[in-house]
Amino acid sequence: MKARVHVMLKNGVLDPQGEAVKHALGALGFDGVEGVRQGKVIELDLAEGTTEQTVTEMCEKLLANTVIESYTVEIA
Amino acid sequence: MHAAVLVFPGSNCDRDLATAFEAAGAKVTMVWHKEQGLPAGVDIVGVPGGFSYGDYLRCGAIAANSPICGALKAHAERGGYALGICNGFQVLTETRLLPGALRRNANLKYICKTVPLVVGTADSAFTHGYAKDQVIDIPIAHHDGNYYADDATLARLLDQDRIAFTYADNPNGSVADIAGVLSENRRVLGMMPHPERAADPAHGGTDGKQMFAGLMDQLATA
Repeated sequence: MKARVHVMLKNGVLDPQGEAVKHALGALGFDGVEGVRQGKVIELDLAEGTTEQTVTEMCEKLLANTVIESYTVEIA
Repeated sequence: MHAAVLVFPGSNCDRDLATAFEAAGAKVTMVWHKEQGLPAGVDIVGVPGGFSYGDYLRCGAIAANSPICGALKAHAERGGYALGICNGFQVLTETRLLPGALRRNANLKYICKTVPLVVGTADSAFTHGYAKDQVIDIPIAHHDGNYYADDATLARLLDQDRIAFTYADNPNGSVADIAGVLSENRRVLGMMPHPERAADPAHGGTDGKQMFAGLMDQLATA
């Protein structure tokens, strides 16, 4: 089984990389980009039967820094 | 004073930090990240700058979960001293021994230069050799030094006089210009600037030397 974890900076935490991407898109002539937030996707190959709760623990302990980041878990 | 300096794959300020401790008169033991424990009798643990584990995942995140950091946490929880500089500060926030987190610099650039710092408090073993509001020149060299703490945490840091240093001219976007913070028991300091790189006349500045001398004063065993 696979799980996909999305990690994003929390709302309210300034994302300077996202801002830079937004400016670059504007410079390329893409109008109307009102905001860009950059995060990461982590794909996990897991033994069958691994629970979503275990993946959540992985996020809490390592994959995300919950001081500044939020995460979502998708079990595929 | 017996100092342990942790060494991770990718640490590159470990020997500088050891040299600064030794110059102040401390005994220093270098401790590899795979060790499960610290040497007996360690007074202070130095977590050096560098790029532990290549900054993979997040700066300091993998190091914070290495075997030696279990021992570091136990040491700090027993009331032991710890000093994290640059990547070491990132490691200390990732272990949650210090509050907050370090984000990418606001201008997205790696910044390497000497900057003026304002001493926020002289009430710690690290800073008692300085005067509050004294301005000292210390080098910074980081890409992810943009300190973040939420409003409640920031209020607590201010209320408890735990902001050890602020930038006179904020180079990286840190909230409240914060360059270094203390733990609640004032025995753990994390800071992005490098006092160990301003501890000898040959460095071009000696404003960092007082931190190591001050630690020696307070931690020298009777």
